[in-house]
Amino acid sequence: MLTKRIIPCLDVRDGRVVKGTKFLSLRDAGDPVLVAEQYDTLGADELIFLDITASHEKRSTILDVVEKTAEKVFMPLTVGGGIRSLQDIRDLLNAGADKVSINTTAVTHPDLVQKATEKFGSQCIVVAIDAKRVPKAKKKWRVYTHGGRQSTRFDAVQWAKKMESFGAGEILLTSMDADGTKVGYDLALTRAVSEAVGVPVIASGGAGNPHHILEAFDKGGASAALAASIFHFREFSIAEVKEYLWQHDIPVRL
Amino acid sequence: MIAIIDYDMGNLRSVQKAFERVGAEAKITRDPEVIRVASHVVLPGVGAFANCMANLKKYKLIDPIKETIDQKKPFLGICLGLQLLFQEGEEFGTHEGLGIFPGKVIRFKLPKKLKVPHMGWNRIHKSKKGTLVEELEDGTYTYFVHSYHVVPEDNGLIATTTHYGKMFVSSIAKGNLFACQFHPEKSQTAGLKILKAFTIKN
Repeated sequence: MLTKRIIPCLDVRDGRVVKGTKFLSLRDAGDPVLVAEQYDTLGADELIFLDITASHEKRSTILDVVEKTAEKVFMPLTVGGGIRSLQDIRDLLNAGADKVSINTTAVTHPDLVQKATEKFGSQCIVVAIDAKRVPKAKKKWRVYTHGGRQSTRFDAVQWAKKMESFGAGEILLTSMDADGTKVGYDLALTRAVSEAVGVPVIASGGAGNPHHILEAFDKGGASAALAASIFHFREFSIAEVKEYLWQHDIPVRL
Repeated sequence: MIAIIDYDMGNLRSVQKAFERVGAEAKITRDPEVIRVASHVVLPGVGAFANCMANLKKYKLIDPIKETIDQKKPFLGICLGLQLLFQEGEEFGTHEGLGIFPGKVIRFKLPKKLKVPHMGWNRIHKSKKGTLVEELEDGTYTYFVHSYHVVPEDNGLIATTTHYGKMFVSSIAKGNLFACQFHPEKSQTAGLKILKAFTIKN
């Protein structure tokens, strides 16, 4: 049986992990390679690097990080952030990434998603959607781009369907309302998108404890759950989360 | 020396790094001569079936691959490198494969709640003895990411099966050839064991 995936996400800027990490055993908690190795040992099912490097000149730092990680860690690695062209995708795949996650460019140039899936296969193209509730509307979410700074005219559920039709192999769905709150995923959003598309959905934003992750699966219908701070700050270990899921009949790889 | 065939499709770097981790020298190449002199040949591949075949043709790699298999040199196909061994694939239209084995590559047709691609960690169940997964416990988890799977005409080829809505063939083996739908280079210690077992074949 296919297991549900637990995916830690690392924010990387100029080749360094920027969100705090409390791995006591690490010499350098800012080194993405060491953090990735640690998560590998701790039973993560995949890893995501979100490159938030601002300047275009320093963009190649992520390639170096991916290369070094691929030497040490033999698990699936997705890289997102700042991907604008087929060449960007090829460079990341050649460096050792398995999937790339496209966010803003999917909105500004949706044809890139189409071309990329035809060229590299659907399985390595993840479309990331940042969604925010429309005030006073029930079960309506709008797509945002540029790290959540810019709103679009797209409805999140419709957009997810469109991206699936363009070949996206997976949807990384972040609730901007829940992100950082630690009160749980936006389950209505997760469910709405999971039910609308046939491809896997990764729930993101709002995880504060193992129960939230359970809800993302059994109420939200997600295939995978992304979490950052609860793992980085060692509030819960991946093993604790998986144990909790196992006890609640969610298939996980222990 | 292990030759990893480079036809512009996919995660060659991670395959090479995984071989290095298990102590083997692996070279990424598209030079038919290098492939001919290699002791072991790996056909990796992520991407779209039609593109893969087109690129194999473009780089004149079809004959060296067929020769490798004819000579019974240790051969490992990964993901698309498994699918391409069959007669035809239907990703983005029907396309001819290498036709080493009779059979097809078809898209998962599953109840709506089962997502496609089949993406993540799933168990492999052994169907025969003496393959590269010999050392692994039955039901070991490996990492998958694919929307299509192979349907060999000859059931004797099947090395492992995996359950996702139905049983499907997750690897095949014949003599020195092993080809798997899952990604050993992404399957942590279980995957590295498979690659190690491949390197000591001769």
